Amino acid sequence: MADTATNVENKTEGGESRRDFLLLATSAVGVAGTAAAIWPFVDSMNPSADVLALSTTEADISQIELGQSVTFVWRGKPIFVRHRTAAEIEQAVKDDSAALVDVQKDADRVQKSEWLILLGVCTHLGCVPLGQKPGDPRGEFGGWFCPCHGSHYDTSGRIRKGPAPLNLAVPPYTFLDDTNVKIG
Amino acid sequence: MSSPEWKNPVIKWVDSRLPVFSMMHHSTAGYPTPRNLNYLWNFGSLALTCLIVMVLTGFFLAMNYTPHVDLAFDSVERIMRDVNYGWLLRYLHMNGASMFFIVVYIHIFRGFYYGSYKGPREILWILGVVIMLLMMGTAFMGYVLPWGQMSLWGATVITNLFSAFPIVGDFIVTLLWGGFSVDNPTLNRFYAIHYLLPFVLFAVVGLHLWALHTSKSSNPLGIEAKLPEDSIPFHPYYTIKDLFGMGVFFIFFLYFVFWAPNFFGEPDNYIPANPMVTPAHIVPEWYFLPYYAILRAITFDIFIIPAKLGGVIAMFASILVWVALPWLDGSKVRSAKFRPIFKWFFWVLLADFIFLGYLGKMPAEQPYVIMSQLATAYYFAHFFVILPLLGKLEKTAQLPESISSAVLKKSEDA
Repeated sequence: MADTATNVENKTEGGESRRDFLLLATSAVGVAGTAAAIWPFVDSMNPSADVLALSTTEADISQIELGQSVTFVWRGKPIFVRHRTAAEIEQAVKDDSAALVDVQKDADRVQKSEWLILLGVCTHLGCVPLGQKPGDPRGEFGGWFCPCHGSHYDTSGRIRKGPAPLNLAVPPYTFLDDTNVKIG
Repeated sequence: MSSPEWKNPVIKWVDSRLPVFSMMHHSTAGYPTPRNLNYLWNFGSLALTCLIVMVLTGFFLAMNYTPHVDLAFDSVERIMRDVNYGWLLRYLHMNGASMFFIVVYIHIFRGFYYGSYKGPREILWILGVVIMLLMMGTAFMGYVLPWGQMSLWGATVITNLFSAFPIVGDFIVTLLWGGFSVDNPTLNRFYAIHYLLPFVLFAVVGLHLWALHTSKSSNPLGIEAKLPEDSIPFHPYYTIKDLFGMGVFFIFFLYFVFWAPNFFGEPDNYIPANPMVTPAHIVPEWYFLPYYAILRAITFDIFIIPAKLGGVIAMFASILVWVALPWLDGSKVRSAKFRPIFKWFFWVLLADFIFLGYLGKMPAEQPYVIMSQLATAYYFAHFFVILPLLGKLEKTAQLPESISSAVLKKSEDA
């Protein structure tokens, strides 16, 4: 057949490698183009502009009494703000040298020691720990207690007992003045 | 064609239990395709490409759309402004609908010209008509979802079509609305149906392909492939040709998406729906215009049939007549290539159809009404008078002996 004859001829002139090159180049362009086309679809599932616009929360902490805890909402999650008593601060600093799961000094977890600001999400599987309301169990270390799987947090929000691997996270925040905090 | 002998033990093991690999082979490298297909045969695979683009973009849009009369319009605007690449997804989906209809119209008129609907491909053709009807329903309901003025009033007009039917009409309309006007329940159910129908479409496309792979592709000469040299394997010859066509198609498609995204749309649909005010000039999307012209052309009672019902019947009949096409066209010769008179009537029909589309866009006043009536009369005359007569009277040209002899003769002449 005529086709076969052409093939043989091409082979001698290096036609096979030219064909291979064309196939590889076309495939490469196809793969790159497909990848480029997939990205907008994937990215559309990322947070949209209106969601990102809500990524900071301003909290007025002037009404929080000593020893009281208040919960704010930041990015759809609870933010724990506790106005710590002197005894709680003292206990937290003392426990810097205790056997901690996730070693961190109390001083590294606060900007002003009477204000402990935490992301109120258990680092085990994402439940909200108890300990914000006066009647809530606060666990064996006087901080928070997660009812889902029994994690105990101390007065610095550090994990002390139970399955959670890490301390309650400290969100990024700045004191705008003495009574206003911007979270995020 | 026999199944290939699979060498890879894993493939062999799977294939003997679930012959997916054999099936893939039968529909690609083992699928004989006429060697003389021209570029008009690309439009089947392009239509499937459109369906896939629509399902994909629609799925991602659905994650951000809210089917509620108070929120729908704003949720679409949010997609346009706030969602990452939301503008791209929506413009792909919006223009994708137009592209789908462009491709399918070419596919249908290809069938008209080359007589693709004739035996043994009648069921293949009828399934195609079903696909067209499903597409129209899906497109119509999709257009309602942004809840602009055209959405609301298009939905009102089209659902009111059903009120023309005697006795059951009002019952059907209330059932469609879920209330006493096009309102929130209507939007909700249209969204649900708009999401459902593409899956039905996929199923009917599957049947369409099954029928195709049973009777095999027709071809520009309109004679069956008989000799081994009449056919070439679908893969790699037509996979690469379809891919090339797809590349050209995407250039066309994306031109509109990026440079003229609202070319096919109506500006009025960027006004939020208002049930108290109808837009002065209400027109459907371009792909419905010919049928809309036929609907409006019936301004007179036909015996006991009132004009309103007559228009609705004529509109539905204008598509349903395609179902009867294999039997209305009695000519033994398929391709217009060998039908010197039919060939001309084909072009007149195409012109008439485009003219109807133009008339559908014009206001319902003279001289457009009389023109619509004439164009509608011609449209039906083509199917019910001209085609049956041509089948009896036309003297067709001599058919070539085989596809390969015709093709090889042409290449010798050149």
